Amino acid sequence: MKHIKTLNKVNLKQTAAKGGCSECQTSCQSACKTSCTVANQKCEK
Amino acid sequence: MIHKFSLNHYNIVLDVCSGAVHVLDDLSFRLVDFTSAQMPARCPEEAYAALSDYSRDEVSEAYGELYTLVQDGLLHTEDDYDQFIGKIAPAPVKAMCLHIAHDCNLRCDYCFAAKGDFGHGRKLMPLEVGKKAIDFLLNNSGNRRNLEVDFFGGEPLMNFDVVKQIVEYARSKEAEYQKKFRFTVTTNGLLLDDDIMDYINREMDNVVLSIDGRKEINDSLRVTPNGKGCYDIIVPKFQELVRRRNGQQYYVRGTFTRKNLDFSKDVLHLYELGFDQISIEPVVSDPNVPYSLKLEDVPAVAQEYERLAKEIIKIRKSGKSINFFHFMLDLDQGPCAIKRLRGCSCGNEYVAVTPEGDIYPCHQFVGIDGFKMGTLDEGVIDPAMKQAFSKANVFNKPHCRNCWARFYCSGGCNANSQQYAGGILQQHEVSCELERKRLECAIMLKAALADQE
Repeated sequence: MKHIKTLNKVNLKQTAAKGGCSECQTSCQSACKTSCTVANQKCEK
Repeated sequence: MIHKFSLNHYNIVLDVCSGAVHVLDDLSFRLVDFTSAQMPARCPEEAYAALSDYSRDEVSEAYGELYTLVQDGLLHTEDDYDQFIGKIAPAPVKAMCLHIAHDCNLRCDYCFAAKGDFGHGRKLMPLEVGKKAIDFLLNNSGNRRNLEVDFFGGEPLMNFDVVKQIVEYARSKEAEYQKKFRFTVTTNGLLLDDDIMDYINREMDNVVLSIDGRKEINDSLRVTPNGKGCYDIIVPKFQELVRRRNGQQYYVRGTFTRKNLDFSKDVLHLYELGFDQISIEPVVSDPNVPYSLKLEDVPAVAQEYERLAKEIIKIRKSGKSINFFHFMLDLDQGPCAIKRLRGCSCGNEYVAVTPEGDIYPCHQFVGIDGFKMGTLDEGVIDPAMKQAFSKANVFNKPHCRNCWARFYCSGGCNANSQQYAGGILQQHEVSCELERKRLECAIMLKAALADQE
């Protein structure tokens, strides 16, 4: 595309169907403890 | 739903429900206002009229690109996540915050743990309670393989022998239960010595080192019982621990308050000290204390986040490494949508345990009346409370339903909402404003670094 650059091709919706294994890190266990940020965790699949 | 913003000369559109991030030129950015899920294939006349400073061919071309994104499910994607509500339910416990010491050798003014004892007296966790906590986790984690235990306080190093014995006990159960424990310790660093450093680096998957940044900032709030700042004691110890850690996960983690709204200087100070994994977070406190962040401070904090993002871009573009926790965002390998819909999972998949063996939804709920979920002796947690916390997600928080950031903060911190907004489903407005700003900065950072490639 000439006018638009798309940074990611992964569609969040596609992750829902097989998601939810809960093996990834709990966000509050990484560093925060006061300000929840879930999206910065990594998927472990 | 989309979120459209310009930051640091980047025009960005986030397609909320697909998670797609687009960087646009000025023309296509303006044209976005003429798009929708049902946009026609041909550009409408009013768009040509509004963009008459461009040729019709240019406008048609940009419009065509936007149309393609809609057709590809990367723009104006429909929100049909309601179909997954059934997956957001009470689930096995997989993470635990062990309050190994309700005592501390610092007296930090802003401490949410009431300067170490959570308002219930100074106490160290006995080994037997720690073992029962591990048993509880093993017996309540269902088929979850990875189990997380965070040694927290107070100051965990004040009870480090028990930490070591709990680790040993947990490791001895891993094979039998087919589990993998991941340990974290959060420490203020005062008691770190060679042996403890080596132990932490051997056994802990993650270590969180508490420091607020510049000496004068750190020492104004992080003080010993006799009122002296701790900066000079902890900095060399943290540097040594990280040096010996050989790249394993760690964070230097601090708090900023109304007294240092120029906190980007604290982040950069920590970077100059040799740390590259940094988390400096907004204080969460009673709005009536003088250092508390208020809504009127949001513009200044937002500007500071922008300043920090630009500094981080400079560092990264010079080929050096720096990671700011609240700007971390993996656009391709981030958590699945179900995780994002579940939220932080406190009181459901994650609980905190006190030195007495009482169970609370998370470390921040400890000591708050009405939030004790059970005890290790009983071995069960209140199913009604677990159910209530499992429902504390973006579906049930009215302010989240139409927020563009809902798949990133996932509903925010329930403890902050409870303490400062009156309920776990209520909105803690300052936190929401700051989260949205951080997310814009994080996305812009991705755009800037992609620009370099």
